[in-house]
Amino acid sequence: MTLSLQGQPLGTSTRLLDGEADGSILEVSMGPHHPSTHGVFRMNVALDGETVVKLKPVFGYLHRNHEKIAESISYLGSIPYSDRLDYFCSMTNNWAYVLSVEKLGGFAVPERAEYIRVIVAEMTRLLNHGCLIGFLAQDLGAMGTPLMYAFRQREKILDLFEALTGARMMCNYMRFGGVRVDLSPEWLQAVRKLVDEYPAFIDELEALLSENEILKPRLQEVGVLSRELAVQAGVTGPGLRASGVPYDIRKVDGYGVYPRLQFRVPIGEHGDCYDRYMIRLLEMRESLVLLKQALDQIPAGPFTNPQIKLRNLRPKAGEAYGRIEAPKGELGFYLISDGKGEPYRYRVRPPSLINLTPLEDMCLGQNIADVVAILGSIDIVLGEVDR
Amino acid sequence: MTTETLSLLDRVRERLESAFPGKSFPIIQNTSPAAQHSLLLSSEDAVEVAKFLRDGDGLKFDYLSNVTGVDWPERQIPEKKQVQVPAPDGNGTVTKEETTTHTEPGYLEAVYHLYSMELRHGPLIFRLRTQDRGEKNHLPSLTPVWRSAEFQEREVYDLFGIHFDGHPDLRRILMWEEFQDYPMRKDFVEPDDYEYEPTPHGKVLERVKARTTPAPQEVK
Repeated sequence: MTLSLQGQPLGTSTRLLDGEADGSILEVSMGPHHPSTHGVFRMNVALDGETVVKLKPVFGYLHRNHEKIAESISYLGSIPYSDRLDYFCSMTNNWAYVLSVEKLGGFAVPERAEYIRVIVAEMTRLLNHGCLIGFLAQDLGAMGTPLMYAFRQREKILDLFEALTGARMMCNYMRFGGVRVDLSPEWLQAVRKLVDEYPAFIDELEALLSENEILKPRLQEVGVLSRELAVQAGVTGPGLRASGVPYDIRKVDGYGVYPRLQFRVPIGEHGDCYDRYMIRLLEMRESLVLLKQALDQIPAGPFTNPQIKLRNLRPKAGEAYGRIEAPKGELGFYLISDGKGEPYRYRVRPPSLINLTPLEDMCLGQNIADVVAILGSIDIVLGEVDR
Repeated sequence: MTTETLSLLDRVRERLESAFPGKSFPIIQNTSPAAQHSLLLSSEDAVEVAKFLRDGDGLKFDYLSNVTGVDWPERQIPEKKQVQVPAPDGNGTVTKEETTTHTEPGYLEAVYHLYSMELRHGPLIFRLRTQDRGEKNHLPSLTPVWRSAEFQEREVYDLFGIHFDGHPDLRRILMWEEFQDYPMRKDFVEPDDYEYEPTPHGKVLERVKARTTPAPQEVK
C-alpha cells in the first residue's frame, strides 16, 4: 500500500534508486534498529552483490530540537540538558557549554576549577575511548568479551563520577565560572589509584585485539579516509588525527590549563579503521599522562567564581563561539544573547553529525560488512547527531 | 586573544578589499566580552570570496567548523519626535512629543565559523543575509567550497527555511520530509497534532467508520 500526503508519496526522498530496480542492484535499509548502528541511525545502502555502490544516511529519529528548548529556558537550565547530547560524555558536554557562556559573559574561572575540569574531562575520554573499542569489536562479532572488559573499567570511572556528582552518567557537574562541588582528598586518592591501574587494562585490551587475526583484516585498509577529504569534510577528533592531521583543540586553542600540561598528540598514517582504533588506544595513554600531571599540580583554592550570578544570568548582548576537544571531536556551542535571561540563539556544533559527512565516500566499494566496521570506528552517539 | 581575533579580521578584510576592488566588507561588531566580530558578505559574490578565503596565501581557511542560522523577525522600533502642533486655545503652536514606530524588515542569517588547520588561526566569522523571511530566502550554498557544510546547510534549511542554491542534496534532515513549517523560527507555533502522519491504521478506521455509522435519518 502506497501512502501519500498532498499528492506526494511518502518515504520517497530517502530512496536511492529511481524507478524499478532491474534486479542487479539491491537497496537495503540498514537501521534504524540495526544492532550496530549505535542507536537509532539508518543508512540506505545500494548493493551490487555485497559491494556498496551508494549510501545515504538518514537522521532524525532521536530529534527533539534541543536548541529550541534551550532558547526558551535560562542559561543555567541548559546544563543538565547538555548532558543528554552525547550521553557517554556528559562532563565534556558541560564543559563546552559553560566555556561558551564564560566567553559570552567574560567570566573568570579559578585555577582549581580548571584543574578539576581537566581531570573529569580526561576521565571521560578514557571511558569513551575504551567503550568505543569494545563496541567496535562487538560490531565485528566479538560478542561480549572486549566490551565487557571496557564496561568493567568504565564502571570504575562512573563510580567515581557518582561519588563526586551524585549521578553516574548525567553528571550536571560544571557551572559558569567553576564546578558544582569540590573534590575531596579521598576522591583524588581514588583517581590516583585508578590512573595507576589503568595501563594494565589498556595492555590487556591491546593484547586481546591489536594483533588479532580476525580484527586486523577486518580493520586494515578498510574505510580509508584521505587527509584532504578529512579536512574538507570537517572531520575532527580521533578520526581526523588518524588521517594524519595533527589538529587537537587542546593544543590549538589551549583552553583551560592544557597549555601547562605536557602531552603528545598521536597521529595516524593510513586513515583506515585500524588507525582510528589505534589512535584511541594511544590517546588513552596520553590521557593518563595528563591525569597524572593534573593530580600532581592541582592547587588549593576556590572551586567556583562567587561573583557570577548563576540564577537569572543575563549576559550583555552579543555572541560567542566556544569549542573544546571532546572525545568525539570538536564540540562547539554558539550563543547569541540579547540581554535577556534566555539565549536568543543557542547552537550545538555536534562532532558526531559532521564526522558522518564523508561516510559515503569511505564506504563506496567496500563490502556491506565493512560498513559496520567503518561506522563503528567513526564513533557516533545519536543523542548528539539528532539533538 | 581578543586583540588577536580583531587583527586577524582586519588582516582578512584588507586582503579581501584588495582582491575584490569596489566591494565593501562591513564588520558586524560583537559587543560581548568575547569580541568575536564578524564580516558581512553579500550573497552575489559569497562563493568567490569563500574560495579566496580557502585558497588565498596567508588565509588558508581550509576548515569550516560551524554553520548555523539565526532568525531576525521584523521589528517595530519606536522613535520619539518633537512636533509643532497648534495650541489647544488657538494661539500659536506648542511643542509636543510624538512617538512613531518604523518597521525594520526581518531577515534570516547564516553564520559560518572558519578555522585554518594549516596555519592554525581562527575563528573567522562571516554572515550571509537573505532579503526577507518570505519568498526571497535564498542564499548561495558553500558546500561546493567546504564539504563540511553539507549536513549543516541541510539542517539550516530544515529548521530555518533558508534555501541554499547549488547545494547538491537539499532535503530536510532532522524533521520528517512531509513536515511543513520551520521549527527554529521565532514565530513558529507548535501544531497540536505534532506527530500526525497518515497511517494505514487511520485509513482502516475511516473505512470502518463509514461502514458502521448509520445513514442520517430523515426528520419528519
